[in-house]
Amino acid sequence: MSDTRKNSVPPIQGLPIDNDEPVFHAPWQAKAFALTVKLHEAGLFTWPAWAEMFSDVLKDLPSDMGGDIRSSAYAEAYFSAWTEALERMIAQAGVADAAHLGDVAATWKRAAEATPHGTPILYERGLELKNP
Amino acid sequence: MSGDHSHGHDNHLDDMTARVMALETVLTEKGLVDPAALDAIIDTYETKVGPRNGAHVVAKAWSDPDFADWLKRDATAAIGSLGYSGRQGEHMRAVFNTDDTHNLVVCTLCSCYPWSVLGLPPVWYKSPPYRSRAVSDPRGVLAEFGLTLPEEKAVRVWDSTAELRYLVIPQRPAGTDGWDEDRLATLVTRNSMIGTEEALQP
Repeated sequence: MSDTRKNSVPPIQGLPIDNDEPVFHAPWQAKAFALTVKLHEAGLFTWPAWAEMFSDVLKDLPSDMGGDIRSSAYAEAYFSAWTEALERMIAQAGVADAAHLGDVAATWKRAAEATPHGTPILYERGLELKNP
Repeated sequence: MSGDHSHGHDNHLDDMTARVMALETVLTEKGLVDPAALDAIIDTYETKVGPRNGAHVVAKAWSDPDFADWLKRDATAAIGSLGYSGRQGEHMRAVFNTDDTHNLVVCTLCSCYPWSVLGLPPVWYKSPPYRSRAVSDPRGVLAEFGLTLPEEKAVRVWDSTAELRYLVIPQRPAGTDGWDEDRLATLVTRNSMIGTEEALQP
């Protein structure tokens, strides 16, 4: 019933989606995937170019990637590689380099650490902490 | 990115979460992506994840008193016995709706959500207005979801943490005598397990 919706966006390479296992094992994995789909739609890269980059990253990983394809460990290794490939595509397109992305990630971590539970984590909080 | 989860901080972000948040921040700033559109994509792919697992847990609790009892005493183990367990070792607690009490779960952090049984959290669950208003005015929030509870029914609000996550067990609807688990599970919605609605009527 949802097949037409599924076909409207590219399949996830190498991951089975026609079984009862979750496709994503953590929100960041879903988000990394969705970001890639959006950037492709926005014309930042072609899907074949993406696939080539992703394959390059995957090549450097152990072939079993944490074992069973349905396991959380596999999903983590798979989407870590996915994220790495996405970062490289973004650098290649001249949108942001690895150093800048690293800075922004560190800022988010600072913001989270400084935020009591139950309070929304604000990116600005991390920026404030950078220059106390 | 291995199990680097400091228990001193509820709000510790793991490396991969921070990296992906950084990508989202930078790409949104540059106008290349719209966060709401990301959620729409995730929804499309997410049909296999989550809420069905929770529905299975609820349907089993409705039809098997021993399981329901186990779920009350040790939800982590009972849910784990069905093959659903969080990989960060977080604990689950099942809170049962009764004639007297309705339960509602909140948290601002997407990490404080029982992914293993509910999949990814809906957008509104992560929104600051939901978190603050669910605490200050739970009946008002429930009314917006179309659920008006009788005055005499108490509302309990549960604030999830990184280490303890809640699953609401809605009440079994009347008129479902003799239904098997699979059929019962069709009445259990994701929102009914967060507490913003009741189970569907047959």
